[in-house]
Amino acid sequence: MRLVRAGRSALLVAPTGAGKTLAGFLPSLVSLSERDGSRSKKPALHTLYVSPLKALAVDIARNLDAPIAGMDLPIRVETRTGDTPSHKRTRQVSRPPDILLTTPEQLSLLIAHREATELFSGLKCVILDELHALVTSKRGDLLSLAMARLHTLSPGLVSIGLSATVREPDELRRYLVPQTAPRVPPPSTGGDEGSAVSDEVATGALSADGAVPSPDPRPGPPSPAEGGGNASALADLVVVAGGARADLRMLDLGRPLPISGHTAWHSMEAIYDLIKEHRTTLVFVNTRLQAEYTFQELWRLNEDTLPIAIHHGSLDAAQRRRVEAAMAAGGLRAIVCTATLDLGIDWGDVDLVVNVGAPKGASRIMQRIGRANHRMDEPSKAYLVPGNRFEMLECQAALDAVEEAAQDTPDARLGALDVLAQHVLGMACADAFEAGALYDEIVSASPYAALTWEQFEQVVDYVATGGYALRAYEKFAKILRGPDGLWRVRDARTAQQYRMNVGTIVEAARVKVRLGRSLRGKPGTVLPKTGRVLGEIEDEFADTLTPGDTFLFAGETLRFEGLAEDEALVTRAPPGTDPAIPSYAGSKFPLSTFLAARVRAIIADPFTWDRLPKPIGEYLLQQRRRSVLPGERDLLVETFPRGKRHYLTTFPFEGRLAHQTLGMLLTRRLERAGLRPLGFAANDYGIAIWTTRDVSERAAIDPDFMAELFGEDMLGDDLEAWLDESAMMKRTFRQCAVIAGLIERHHPGQKKTGRQVTISTDLIFDVLRKHEPGHLLLAAARQDAATGLLDVRRLGVMLERIQGRIIHRALDRVSPLSVSVMLEIGRERVYGEGADEILAEAEAELLQEALA
Amino acid sequence: MAAGLRLEKTHKHPTITVAGEVLTLDLCGGVWLEAHRTLIVSDLHLEKGSSFAARSGQFLPPYDTRETLACLHEAIARHDPACVVALGDSFHDARGPERMEPGDRAMVAALQEGRDWVWIAGNHDAAVQEGVGGRYADTLTLGGLVLRHEPGPDPAPGEIAGHLHPCGKVAMRGRAVRRRCFVTDGSRLIMPALGAFAGGLNVRDKAFDAAFPKGFTAYLLGDGRVFAIGRAQLARD
Repeated sequence: MRLVRAGRSALLVAPTGAGKTLAGFLPSLVSLSERDGSRSKKPALHTLYVSPLKALAVDIARNLDAPIAGMDLPIRVETRTGDTPSHKRTRQVSRPPDILLTTPEQLSLLIAHREATELFSGLKCVILDELHALVTSKRGDLLSLAMARLHTLSPGLVSIGLSATVREPDELRRYLVPQTAPRVPPPSTGGDEGSAVSDEVATGALSADGAVPSPDPRPGPPSPAEGGGNASALADLVVVAGGARADLRMLDLGRPLPISGHTAWHSMEAIYDLIKEHRTTLVFVNTRLQAEYTFQELWRLNEDTLPIAIHHGSLDAAQRRRVEAAMAAGGLRAIVCTATLDLGIDWGDVDLVVNVGAPKGASRIMQRIGRANHRMDEPSKAYLVPGNRFEMLECQAALDAVEEAAQDTPDARLGALDVLAQHVLGMACADAFEAGALYDEIVSASPYAALTWEQFEQVVDYVATGGYALRAYEKFAKILRGPDGLWRVRDARTAQQYRMNVGTIVEAARVKVRLGRSLRGKPGTVLPKTGRVLGEIEDEFADTLTPGDTFLFAGETLRFEGLAEDEALVTRAPPGTDPAIPSYAGSKFPLSTFLAARVRAIIADPFTWDRLPKPIGEYLLQQRRRSVLPGERDLLVETFPRGKRHYLTTFPFEGRLAHQTLGMLLTRRLERAGLRPLGFAANDYGIAIWTTRDVSERAAIDPDFMAELFGEDMLGDDLEAWLDESAMMKRTFRQCAVIAGLIERHHPGQKKTGRQVTISTDLIFDVLRKHEPGHLLLAAARQDAATGLLDVRRLGVMLERIQGRIIHRALDRVSPLSVSVMLEIGRERVYGEGADEILAEAEAELLQEALA
Repeated sequence: MAAGLRLEKTHKHPTITVAGEVLTLDLCGGVWLEAHRTLIVSDLHLEKGSSFAARSGQFLPPYDTRETLACLHEAIARHDPACVVALGDSFHDARGPERMEPGDRAMVAALQEGRDWVWIAGNHDAAVQEGVGGRYADTLTLGGLVLRHEPGPDPAPGEIAGHLHPCGKVAMRGRAVRRRCFVTDGSRLIMPALGAFAGGLNVRDKAFDAAFPKGFTAYLLGDGRVFAIGRAQLARD
């Protein structure tokens, strides 16, 4: 509070439940209440609050009303979201409220408004909520660019970031303040000085009674010693010590767990008992499939008919709202949910959190635990429920991490170029811009601090005419440089296109799932339009369904009947039907690098095994007897025959995404080595590849074979060749193309036009890669692939780590460790299979029919 | 038995019979008539990319024309035809020819060199009547075959048409493959679109039921060869 009043920007780090959101508003409320009483002045926007969740903004508005009304303050608070009617939006610009609560996308629209300069010139304070969650995505990039513009429009603007505990608070502190050396020397209160956090505060000796500002003994310009060569600006840091320590444990059933599988079916009764013993329980799972499964199992056990609900992103929105309302009213005993409830409105009554399956990351698990008991003085109570033996190791690693309060939030992002392209067009919509000034402003945003002038020029060129070497579109340019050197938007239609396209969230195309009724007399006939909509599934999943397939959705086993007018028509499968289609696209987080390293360390050190449940220690001992346990930095590769095939398994522990990429690349190399790979399967811990020829034999003849197989050069030509055809890469490219405005966004509710008239981004990708491989959008997609669906960067770090540390064991049969990944075979899609194999199989069916 | 099926086992460019004429289905999406030394291609949609820039300010890569021409070049090099027939919608819109880059224009001229070239009128490019070499026609008769852009509403033995951009989808074991294809019942044939940016209409759409009331076989363009797929194995979108 003192810091902010002194005009300094600050990052407020506090565990959930510490009331940090309202704390963020206090300086604004005080300052607004102290305003000159004569309200002759034109209404002006004083404080802006930005939240990743629309619902959170609305909730905060409600929470602010009480103190404002209670103290009878003359302060007007309003929200602006996608749902705000247009007349109200217009009014909010001409006659702004004192405090406006909004989302990153809406803020981008506001700064691209013709009146933006006027609107924000008097802005005093910006509050960014859940900053730790925002900065890890492209939304964070977009917001950082909007912040850079706000700092230009309102010099001296104070920014306050609210965040859960993170690994590198300095990254968030940089995010809050402009990174370029100001052209005018800052006032002595300028936020360009790093502040040391006292040990006292950081270790939490000062507890529950609130925020303690970090002492700042040296106001004024940064001392050379501290600034050093890397004089990046930092906001001040305020750390609120955590409340009571969480009461966290692993659910131990006292019997061995299966080696594979994630459903934790063996723990359902124990989870049900926990729900019975507690007032309200949140049951977190990692995927929608797990949510569906867990929900169904709990209801099978639910003899007391406890009100247990399900919540995930594919369910119908109205259905989700009903669940949330019931929860808020205290009407539910448990919700089975996915990451959709990781963030959100506080529910005071939750007294237990259960996390089913692998924790995946320490920070994620802490965030989830924090959803219980939003009071500082009571411990949050939580159980981790492993689904298999490896997940037990992962749970132990997570318990250790929480114990030490160690975080694994990802590294700071490099600002995405597609997001920048969107922003540049927006800035042209707001007003004419001078390229040099806009560049200076953009590099003041920390994610874009490393952007070169050449990259920026490339982006401007892209926005203007598509950025192609073949200058085909000069006469259609979207932004034009006038004789005065300023860039202006071409026309009102282009500005309208920008507004329709703003934002970085690209929803996968989805189809509604409608429950039809099958006619008893006429099997196979389904009456559409009679049933209700259960939710939505991704187009890509619907694409793979054929009539008759059964799958789990919305708590039921459904039978797919066909597609009718953009809707997937389903019927209820007869009781007892096992869903045939194992999974559908949904969020699957990979194991974090940090937890992976901890798991490797546990495996490598037998002295730590006594902390593990007993069966897992025995399992590791067996592995040591039959093969070997790799050291912390080693890579274990096992080869063995089984049936008519030969197998190669390896355990990098780098998460599913990186393993899938590795699997694709290894398959290519084995193919080239003449070993005839047939397919591979991957999980978070390892990969299994099966081949026709004997890999052990080859390795015996050629001692360098393994080192060459896992050579770092696989990220060269092999990766390039694979990216040409990778479906993941095409998906990544599509998102970049939409964000950068290359193709128009598909709006929900908008009638899908026939595929004949829309251009598929896959076709664009193929043509662009062939004719202009250095294009900006391919660079953007490549940057995404490094950390996103392909996780190439992580793979690179791993390959570097294991050079000279590969331990190969040629075994005569499968080892205990390998069994875990072998069991994934058949569970996951087989990626080794090419399109032609599938077509050949369908062709064979026709031939058979013809010969019959 | 599926009509029109006379498949020489796993041939890269299979040969079939339509209305008594022998057709080779080229992997690039063209039909080669050895007896007439004629290559037929359909729906090139040249300058589709630039038409988006002109119409709606979407700057798609301006390389679709040369990509399509490269594909055409490959088929021409393979067969060295005396005559090439472009079965309509050769340009995405009437102003396509004037937007064409000089290099692409030269490529078209080079392909036309020393052979007869017929542009059949399509619904997108009916207004294009000059400026890109060759001659213009609404339909063309070749032995027992009639070549036109849009398939007629009634049974039409010997008709070869385009317009519908047929695509076939095969879904199996959680994977789906969607490819451009030829469609035939042995009496008539509908050709796939050759244009790099041309989309596709699923052959299970009712538009194809009208043309093939007694069923059909689809010849899907795979990566390495053409595959004959029965209607029963083809999925809807």
